[in-house]
Amino acid sequence: MSDTTQNGPVLAADGTPLKRSLARALRMQKMRALMLIAPLLLFVVITFIAPIADMLFRSVENKIVATTLPNTVVALQDWDATGDAPPAEPVYESLYYDMFVAAEAKEHTKLGSRLNYEQTGLSSLFRSSGRRLDDAGEAQIDALEDLNPAWEDPAFWYALMDAGSGAADDDLLAAKRKQMTELTDIDHGVDIGFAPRADISQLLPKTADAYTLFALFTAVEDEDVVAEEEPWEAVKVALVQDLQEGADVSSYTGPGAAELAAAQTALAELPAMNFKEVFLDIDKDWGSVDNWSTIQTYSPRYTSGYFLNAIDMQKGPDGPEARPENQQIYMMLFKRTLFMSLVITGSCILLGYPVAWILANLPMRTANLLMILVLLPFWTSLLVRTSAWKVMLQQQGVINDVLVWLGLVADDARLVMINNQFGTIVAMTHILLPFMILPMYSVMQTIPPSYLRAAKSLGANNWTAFWRVYFPQSVPGIGAGSILVFILSIGYYITPEIVGGTTGTFISNRIAYHISSSLNWGLAAALGAILLAVVLLLYYAYDKIVGIDNVKLGG
Amino acid sequence: MKLTKILLASTSLTLAAGLVQAQEMANDMTLVSWGGAYQSSQQNAYVAPYLEANPDVTAVWDESSAEAVAKLRAMNEAGNITWDLVDVVASDAIRLCDEGLAMEYDPDELLAPGDDGTPASDDFGDLIVSDCFIPQIVYSTTFGYRTDMVGDTPPTKICDVFDLETYPGKRSLEKRPINNMEWALLCDGVAKDEVYDVLGTPEGQERALAKLDTIKDEVIWWSAGADTPQLLADGEIVMGSTYNGRLFSVIEEQDQPVAMLWDAQVFDLDGWIIPAGLPEDRLARVKDFVRFATDTQRLADQAKYISYGPARASSAPLVGEHAELGIKMAPHMPTDPENAKNTFLYNYEFWADYRDDIDAKFQAWLAK
Repeated sequence: MSDTTQNGPVLAADGTPLKRSLARALRMQKMRALMLIAPLLLFVVITFIAPIADMLFRSVENKIVATTLPNTVVALQDWDATGDAPPAEPVYESLYYDMFVAAEAKEHTKLGSRLNYEQTGLSSLFRSSGRRLDDAGEAQIDALEDLNPAWEDPAFWYALMDAGSGAADDDLLAAKRKQMTELTDIDHGVDIGFAPRADISQLLPKTADAYTLFALFTAVEDEDVVAEEEPWEAVKVALVQDLQEGADVSSYTGPGAAELAAAQTALAELPAMNFKEVFLDIDKDWGSVDNWSTIQTYSPRYTSGYFLNAIDMQKGPDGPEARPENQQIYMMLFKRTLFMSLVITGSCILLGYPVAWILANLPMRTANLLMILVLLPFWTSLLVRTSAWKVMLQQQGVINDVLVWLGLVADDARLVMINNQFGTIVAMTHILLPFMILPMYSVMQTIPPSYLRAAKSLGANNWTAFWRVYFPQSVPGIGAGSILVFILSIGYYITPEIVGGTTGTFISNRIAYHISSSLNWGLAAALGAILLAVVLLLYYAYDKIVGIDNVKLGG
Repeated sequence: MKLTKILLASTSLTLAAGLVQAQEMANDMTLVSWGGAYQSSQQNAYVAPYLEANPDVTAVWDESSAEAVAKLRAMNEAGNITWDLVDVVASDAIRLCDEGLAMEYDPDELLAPGDDGTPASDDFGDLIVSDCFIPQIVYSTTFGYRTDMVGDTPPTKICDVFDLETYPGKRSLEKRPINNMEWALLCDGVAKDEVYDVLGTPEGQERALAKLDTIKDEVIWWSAGADTPQLLADGEIVMGSTYNGRLFSVIEEQDQPVAMLWDAQVFDLDGWIIPAGLPEDRLARVKDFVRFATDTQRLADQAKYISYGPARASSAPLVGEHAELGIKMAPHMPTDPENAKNTFLYNYEFWADYRDDIDAKFQAWLAK
C-alpha cells in the first residue's frame, strides 16, 4: 500500500497528508481508550506484575557479597583462583575491616548463609569468625592503652578525629555513608555529629576510615553520641597500622599530637599487624583456595549462578561446568513435571469428554443436577480430597481391601498405588477434572443437535456423524480445558507432596523447599523463571500449531 | 513446700505485674506454634495462666511454625512484623539468627532464674544453642513399631530398621537427610562419635546413601509429623520415625498396638525466638510473657500435657503425672535415664553448614 498517488500524497481537508491525519485521529482514540483502562492496568501492574518481576529479579541479583565485603571484593579481583596459593595480605587486611563492621551490624552471617549455598562450610566460617575478630591485634592495642589511658577515652578520640570548625574530608564521609547504607539497608545520610578532619585523614588514612565507619554506626544504628563512645577495636588496629607504616606525625600539630608521637615510638618495637595470621588462627579454612575462589566467583552484583544451578550446572573458575552427577536433579524434575502434566491433561480429556457430552445433551433439569455433582468436589478443600485419595489407594486402603476380598489380589501382594507417579496422576486428574469439564461443556452446549441429525439424514453412521461433524466443533473446548489443566498441573505442589512419594514429585516441590526451608530464594526464583519460560514457550507453540483463536472458554 | 512455692510464684508474679505496669506494654500478642497437642500443652501450661493473671491481655495463636523461617523473612522484607513470639526448632532458630530475623537476648536478663536460684544461663546450660534461641523442651526423634507385626522379637536396636529379613514390610522415614544419614552410618559400623566426621566427607555421604539404598524400596517418606502416627495406626508400616510426643499420643492416648524403640534416638530442641524489630511496647509485653512462660514451674507444668522434657535442669524434679490419664510422665520423657541409655546428639553446627550440600545429594538420590 502506498499513500502517494502519481500526483503526490493524498491530502485531507486541512491540507495535511491523509495518512498523518488519520494516524493522529487514531492515536487520539487509542489514548482515550488507554485512559479508560488505565486504572485497571495500573492495578494489575502494581499488584501482580511488579511483585512477580521483583521475585524473578532475585534469580540474578547477588549484591550481598559486594555490599558486605566491599573492599575485599576489590582487593580480590587480581587474585588467581586457578593457582593453589591463597590470596596475599592486602586481601586479608580488607577482609578484617569489612568483616568487623559487618559483624557489628550483624550482616556477616547473612553473607555466610548466602555463600554456603555454593560452598559448604562458609556458613559457620563466617558465623564463628565474626565473633572472634575482636581479639585481633590485642597485644598492640594493650600496649597503646598502657602507654596512655587517653586511648580509651571517647572524648580524646573524638577531639583527635573530628573536624570541628576546621577542614573536613567530605569525600571520605560520603563514601562511608554509601558503604554503610548499602550494608545495612538503613539510610545513613542523616546528621551524625561528626566529620573526619581533613589533615588526619591525610596523615592516618586507615584510622580515619575506620573511625568514620564507627561514628556512622554509633550515631545511626546505636543512636548514641559519637563523642561519648569508645571506638571499637578495628579503629585502634587501624591506628596501630598507620603508625607502624610510618605516618609522619611530626608535622602534625592538632589535638593529640603528643600522644600520637609517643604511640608511634612505642609501637615501633611491636610486631606489625598480620591479618592473614589472624584469620588463619581463627579458622584454617580461611586459607582454603576453594573458599576464596567461591567469594571471588560470586563477587559481581549480578550472577548467572542461580540459573546455572537450576539447570544442574555450576560456576567454576573457568566458566560454567556440569554439577557432579550425584547432585543433578532439576533437569530430571523439569522433564518429569512436563511429562506427568501431559499425562494428567490426557487423562482429564478422556474422562471429561463423555461427562461434558452427557451434561450438554441432557435436559436442563437433570443437567443442572449433574453439574452440581461435578462442582461438588470443587467446594471441598484440596487437602481433604488429596487425603481421601490416600485412604482409598494405600496398601491397607479401600481399593486394596476390596480387591483382596474379591480374591483378585493376594493379601501379601497388595498393589502399591500411592507414594508414586500413579498416585499423583490419579489424585491430580480427579482434582483438575472440573477445569476440563466446564469449558468443554460450555462449548458443547452451543453445538446445535440438529447438525448431528442432519449428518445422519445424509447417510452418516453414528461414528462418522460424531467424528466428522460433532467432534471438530468441540475441539475449542478441549483446547481451553487442556491449557487450563496443563498450566495448573505444571505448578502444582500440595498434591504431589502428599501422595507423590519420591517418584511422583514435581519441580514445584523443590521450589517450595527452597522458598520455605532452605531460604535459597534466588534458586527458587530461577527455577520459577524457567518454569514460566517453559509455559510461555508451550503456549506459543500451541498458538502456532492449533491457534489460540480456536480456544473457547464459553459459548 | 509446694504451697509456699505457689505462693512465692504468685507473689513474685503480682510484683512483676505491678512493676511492669509502669512500662508501656501492648495488650495483644500473636504467638506462633505448631498446632496440635504441642500447642495445647503450651496453652494449658502457661498461656492460660498468664492471661488469667493479666486479664487485659489477649493472645492469638498462629499455627505457622513449620513455615516460620520463610514467613518471618517475608514479613521482615515487607517491614511489617505481625508475630510477637515464634516457636521453632533449634536449627531454624540458628538460621533465623544468622539472617538477622530473630532478636539476640541475654539469658540472665530476660529469663527468670531457676527456683533454686540458679541463673538462667546455667539452668538452661548448653541448650541455649544460639544467641537468639530460648529453649523450652527437649524432644527426640525416634522409631515406633507395630507390636502385632513384629512377631515375638520386637526390635530393640536402631539397626533393626535396616534389617529387612527379620522385620519385612514398609517403614517410614522423614524426607530429608537429617537424622537418616546419621542412623545409616551408625548401622554401617561407624562409631557414634565419628559419625559427623565421616558424614563431612563425600565418601561418607555416599556410604550413608548406599546404606539407605538397601531399604529404599521399602520406605515411605514423610514430611508432616502426623504422617508416621497415622501410617502406624493404619498398619501401613511396620515401623517409622517421628517425634516421641506423637508416639506417646498414639500409644497412651489412642491405645494403638504400637511401642517405642528407645535406641539412638536423636535429641533435639524446640523453643521460642523473638522476631527482630518489634516495636517497644510489644517487645515489653513479649519479654514479660517469656519470663513467665519459661520459669521452672511453667516448663515442668508443660510436661503434664505432652511427653517432652523441660529444657531447664531445675524443672526436671517437678515433672509429675499426665493431666488426664494420671500416669507418671517421667518414664515417657526422652530425658529419662532408662530411655536415654543410648542417645544421639544432633550437631547443629554441622547441619547448618552441610544442609544445602547434603540435601542436594539426598534429593537427587531420592528421585533416582
